[in-house]
Amino acid sequence: MNGTALLEIRNLRVRIEGQEILKGITLTVRAGEVHSIMGPNGSGKSTLAQVLAGREVYEIVEGEVLYEGEDLLRMSPEERARRGIFLAFQYPVEIPGVSNLYFLKAAVNAVRKSRGLPELDAMEFLALARERAKLVELDESLLQRAVNDGFSGGEKKRNEIFQMALLEPRLAILDETDSGLDIDALRVVAQGINALRHPDRAIILITHYQRLLNYVTPDVVHVLYDGRIVKSGGKELALELEEKGYGWIAEEAIGSVRT
Amino acid sequence: MSSGRDETTRYRAHFAAWNEIVRAREPAWMRAQREAAFARFEALGFPTTRQEEWRFTNIAPLLRTSFRVATAPASPFEDDWLAPYRAWGAHHLVFANGHFVGEVPTNGHPPGCFARGIRALLQEAPHLVEPYLRRPVEELSHAFIALNAAFLTDGAFVRIPRGAVVREPIHLLFLALGQGEPMVVHPRNVIVAEENSQATIIESYVSLDDRLHFTNAVTEIIVGENAVVQHYKVQRESRAAFHMAAVRIVQARMANVRDFSLALGAALARTDITAILEGEGAECTLNGFYWVRDQQLVDHHTVIEHVAPHGTSREFYKGILDDAARGVFDGTILVRPGAQKTDARQVNKNLLLSTEALVNTNPRLQILADDVKCSHGATIGHLDEDALFYCRARGLDAEMARELLTYAFASDILQEIAFEPLRRRIGEWVLMEWPEGELLTEML
Repeated sequence: MNGTALLEIRNLRVRIEGQEILKGITLTVRAGEVHSIMGPNGSGKSTLAQVLAGREVYEIVEGEVLYEGEDLLRMSPEERARRGIFLAFQYPVEIPGVSNLYFLKAAVNAVRKSRGLPELDAMEFLALARERAKLVELDESLLQRAVNDGFSGGEKKRNEIFQMALLEPRLAILDETDSGLDIDALRVVAQGINALRHPDRAIILITHYQRLLNYVTPDVVHVLYDGRIVKSGGKELALELEEKGYGWIAEEAIGSVRT
Repeated sequence: MSSGRDETTRYRAHFAAWNEIVRAREPAWMRAQREAAFARFEALGFPTTRQEEWRFTNIAPLLRTSFRVATAPASPFEDDWLAPYRAWGAHHLVFANGHFVGEVPTNGHPPGCFARGIRALLQEAPHLVEPYLRRPVEELSHAFIALNAAFLTDGAFVRIPRGAVVREPIHLLFLALGQGEPMVVHPRNVIVAEENSQATIIESYVSLDDRLHFTNAVTEIIVGENAVVQHYKVQRESRAAFHMAAVRIVQARMANVRDFSLALGAALARTDITAILEGEGAECTLNGFYWVRDQQLVDHHTVIEHVAPHGTSREFYKGILDDAARGVFDGTILVRPGAQKTDARQVNKNLLLSTEALVNTNPRLQILADDVKCSHGATIGHLDEDALFYCRARGLDAEMARELLTYAFASDILQEIAFEPLRRRIGEWVLMEWPEGELLTEML
């Protein structure tokens, strides 16, 4: 725990359509760390991911988020992306009519441009894309297809990790990237994540299941319940959750509110 | 209140003047035909929004303007006019303010077929066009079509002989050049594809400046047995212009037509397309794309009439409307009693980029046979917020994301343009108008 704080969330409260979803989240993520956020359905995991990426439909009630020491909540989604925040979507969006290759080149060049790097031309980008596609065993034919259009669930998730590999983020937030995958696809996705672990990069794995953590070892595991982080611990905590379910967490959480 | 009737009187003086000009240059039957057409025009009167067919298209702004009849080409042919179309490898027939001014290459007809200006033929070989121009005036279904027949500025007569395969496209380029007061032209084209022939025809309507003018065009396409025709109508007139056009397609047995209507320009643009599948097993594809903004109004009225058995029709129209633009799509599929085993599909999809833009889409099926397969669908939507966020979360700015998704909406209809150089050009014309469009041209 000696990296610099990349992300500091302080007492974050978030509402949508009048309903409070996040009820005071405090969390610090340092460069080089892998955090896993687990929790039952409806606990606010995806909301947290979307708020960090800049989704505008959420209302910030209270709290602050600092990214590299700056106020993250004031930045547009594209600015966050350009500064190195990457969200792997739980439900990647299909864009028929736009090739994956074109889309990713536009994304990579938008990021490069903002960092003062020269933009890649079609040939340079293709070479890079081919190299990174290997990392997630992504079939090259998917590069030419329209973005996520007609992709299987597993292909969509791999495509997200592939995008992460291309964009080389500082902070990657993976929203249930492991859900719905068979064991082979899960292994490939995990391999991609492990390959991208880096002392300068932090990863937040949002997951419902412990399974992914058999392949990717987190530094910290947090349990999100009813909009609050109710428990944090080492990877043993994930195993405990797997064994006992989320029920005991609920009881503990209610108990702690009473005291 | 201005009734359509009062407005027709203004045209009487213009008609007399036009008759003086063309009197010595056309046969007596043509003069009689035009007189009858003018009488038909007066009897019909201009349409009003009280008529179902014109309910959403108010032509009052057009009626408020007095248009001078374009009596001669505004300018001799200039080679530069063809610069945007060089890559097409086409045979170009060029009309300036409705009058034939030249063709490129100049060595006569496109290989394997006959193509000439109709006014020249009326003087030199009227018998060639007589069967197509000398017709019962009852066929002139609305005032603008009658007006076109009454005036008939000029136009192209194209005949693809039996069995001929004409590979290079024939491009009919109608240019509007500013000339002081607003002017009207009435182009008339006749395309005859004989049995077993094949050809690609592109009709372009383009303004060379941003002035107000009025184009009132009629094109007739007669497709013989087993002939294959691709027809494109490309409308890129000034955003002050009025554009009225009628396309009538008649198909014999096993004839195959692919028609594409592109509408980008004009303040008010209305295109009526009628395809009549007279022969058994005929196949017709009507596709179109419109992209309008500001106060533009674009209207497509299409009728596909299945007369004989085993006909197939496919219709796919897409439109993008921004600002306070308005769109109308009205598509009728009519299946006559004898037209068993007809297979007809129609789809119209619209993307609204602003809250003020509006589109009226109206599919109509009239099925008078019992063993047919017909379907239609229409959608009106906005850009998907989830997709916009996805793009922005990947680093694309909001404007680029909007344009990318707008292009994505249009891409499948543009893919329907089989003639690749035209597809690319159309893509460029659309994208060039967008702030980030240049980046997107890579996708064409």
